Amino acid sequence: MNDRADQLQRFTEVQQLAYRCVESVAEELDPGITEKQAATLLTDWLEREGIDDWFHRPFAWFGDRTAFAGRWHPLKFFPSSRRLEPGMPFILDVAPVKGGVAADVGYAGSLGKNPILELLLADLAEYRSLIVRLVNERVPFAEISRRVDVLAARHGYEVRHRAYPFGVLAHLVTPVEQGPRQGSVGGFGIRTLTELGRQAWAARREGWSPLWNAQSNHPPVPGIWAVEPHLAFRGVGAKFEELLVVDEAGARWLDDDLPHVRRWTQAARGVAA
Amino acid sequence: MSAHRVRSGEVSLAAWAQGPEDAPVVLLAHGYPDTHEVWAGVAGILAARYRVLTYDVRGCGESSAPASEGGYTLEALRGDLLAVLEALAPGKPVHLVGHDWGAIQHWETATEPGTPLASFTAISGPCLDHVGHWARGLLKHPGASLEQLLKSWYVLAFQPPLLGRALWRTLGRAWPTVLRRLEGIESPALPEGFSADAQRGVGLYRQNMLQRLLKPRVRRAQCPVQLVTPLGDHFVSPHLADAAEPFVEQLWRREVEGGHWIVRTAPERVARWIAEWVDFREGGPESHALQQARVHGPRPGPLAVVTGAGSGIGRETALALAESGCRVVIADLDGAAAQRTAQLCSLVGAEATPVVVDVGDAAAMERFAAAVEREHGVPDVVINNAGIGLAGAFLDTTVADWDKVLRVNLWGVIHGSRLFGRQMVARGQGGHIVNVASMAAFTPSKMLPAYSTSKAAVLMLTECLRAELAGDGIGVSAICPGIIDTPITGATRFVGQTAAQQERSRTEAQRLYRKRNFTPRQVAARVMEAVQRDLAVVPVAPEAHGAHLLSRLSPALMRRLAKLELTPH
Repeated sequence: MNDRADQLQRFTEVQQLAYRCVESVAEELDPGITEKQAATLLTDWLEREGIDDWFHRPFAWFGDRTAFAGRWHPLKFFPSSRRLEPGMPFILDVAPVKGGVAADVGYAGSLGKNPILELLLADLAEYRSLIVRLVNERVPFAEISRRVDVLAARHGYEVRHRAYPFGVLAHLVTPVEQGPRQGSVGGFGIRTLTELGRQAWAARREGWSPLWNAQSNHPPVPGIWAVEPHLAFRGVGAKFEELLVVDEAGARWLDDDLPHVRRWTQAARGVAA
Repeated sequence: MSAHRVRSGEVSLAAWAQGPEDAPVVLLAHGYPDTHEVWAGVAGILAARYRVLTYDVRGCGESSAPASEGGYTLEALRGDLLAVLEALAPGKPVHLVGHDWGAIQHWETATEPGTPLASFTAISGPCLDHVGHWARGLLKHPGASLEQLLKSWYVLAFQPPLLGRALWRTLGRAWPTVLRRLEGIESPALPEGFSADAQRGVGLYRQNMLQRLLKPRVRRAQCPVQLVTPLGDHFVSPHLADAAEPFVEQLWRREVEGGHWIVRTAPERVARWIAEWVDFREGGPESHALQQARVHGPRPGPLAVVTGAGSGIGRETALALAESGCRVVIADLDGAAAQRTAQLCSLVGAEATPVVVDVGDAAAMERFAAAVEREHGVPDVVINNAGIGLAGAFLDTTVADWDKVLRVNLWGVIHGSRLFGRQMVARGQGGHIVNVASMAAFTPSKMLPAYSTSKAAVLMLTECLRAELAGDGIGVSAICPGIIDTPITGATRFVGQTAAQQERSRTEAQRLYRKRNFTPRQVAARVMEAVQRDLAVVPVAPEAHGAHLLSRLSPALMRRLAKLELTPH
């Protein structure tokens, strides 16, 4: 196995690990649990799995915080004392580093039935296929962001990834040097921030940015991108986040064996049957 | 029409019957100081389908008077009704409709066990016993009580032995003027004996009012009741309709636009309310208006129609209406988009129906409006929102371009306003029309001549229509949004540009509008406010307010600004 294939394999494994984590913690969420408690569960789960570091510390959002409702500011991303109630949507977002690679995943669900969330989750499939198709057509990142906005407008959704720092639809995830932990600032691992800063500096001279948003007026750049369309309707937010591989051959999702993709496949099969 | 004399105790009553003999029987009871003539218009319409009975109350018109005031008790009046029914419709269930004292007196029959009434419609006439109980709750509704007390001054004035009669001796001559001033009724010369009838009729008050109001009995309705409450009534406040609720199990309540003598001023409407009600009581379907008039049991929400509701301001307005409890008809040229809005509306818990319609197509709009009335009823709120963008110089704008933009932006609003406005007026229960114009309506610009012209026309149409429909309780508002991030920018045609230039212009415009970041949802909130507070012209977003103000303060400056190239090329 060459280095590159080996590296992709490690990315796939970390991503699988991260999704196993959010799925298993999602199972454990009981009425009354707080976001802080949920974040602790996520942290403990991954620490037990022996991860090396954090790309960012785990996030958990409940209720209308999944939609970043109200006057939102970056401090509000951190887990709060909001308690989970029946019918409430939730989002779990973790980004562990292991074996020199990072994954960044997002998982949306609800405690019991939530019809709005169900629609959002079903519709997210369209965004997943739209994004990879446009990257393959080498449509500039800014234009892809705009096309995502157009689709969201057609669906009647608010585009909530605009609330992320720099309004990113996606960001680059690079291999990191292995070594002792360097702690975190503002929820983001110091190693991550250093790496992102270095990347951004280098990219700036080349005319692109590791942060993919409405200002990214350049064709797709090779690399591993964590893509995270985040949509909301009436106080219910949903997202997925997974790794997109962009290289000379084109673009493809790193792994299709993920909870949301499995759900869409099953639903499609159900419709076909 | 056949005329009859009916004996009832000491008096001889004049009664009339018209319409097919085998049809359901409707008896129209007049109030005070009127005669059966007050029902002439309504009876004429109803007689086409129902057996319509009328009679003059004892002491009025052609009926003879009791020897003394003691002959005006509710008991005696009830005897008159039974005598008329026995003579003209023996053994048949009767739908009684009373106006004013015609209703007040016949509550006595409607609340009597074994009543011969199949149903009772009370227009501006409460049950005195119910009011007596209601009045005891004075502390619960001091404002409403005071309002009714002020409207009932004459009730007190009629109580002393001679004052009421003396009042009528003077008032009798002035009565046509009173009617004209209060209700806008041009009445013919007073019938002979009017003053004498009115003076005698004071007995109605003296024999019954204080007795029942001060010592109310528990009187429960023995048949289904429809209350018709004119909101502009100078004598009976709409609050009195509340009084009936505890005592009527099957109760419908229509709040309608109009004054006390609505039976005379709007006979078509009154006839329709009666016909809808009688048909329903005779086993037909409950009309949409009646469903909304239910007092007990589930009541469907108000009905709203929104055009161009497949996206942008239209969709968000539909959602805001849905969230406020309305049923929404979602009209759009794009069926999939309309379907989607309907799906979102149902997610927030509303009943929503998507319809594909081209607002600029007169015939299609007529079919659409008729279908809405048939399937959902007359809308309470209509939002004429559908619109398209067109940018570029006047001399580059072709006739076809003009046709297209005026067809949707202006004709769409004309059709929506005229078709649904007519339905609202005919229904007589008010409503609200919102026309979505634009800040461009008062902001001249060499960049948007066609679009601005269409929107200026919408604004003027709205202000004219507002004046016209004010008397019918129908509000008309113009919404003038500024720079809003909606899909209209992505679909705007830029005349005088190549396809590539157009694409660039659109992208640039969209970028500008997105950066402005004023959302359709914020506009929808203002639309809701316009409906709730009946606002006339509503600029939305600071730039729209600024332009609105400037267009008044300094038209010269506006003209200078009109020369600027503001939109991107």
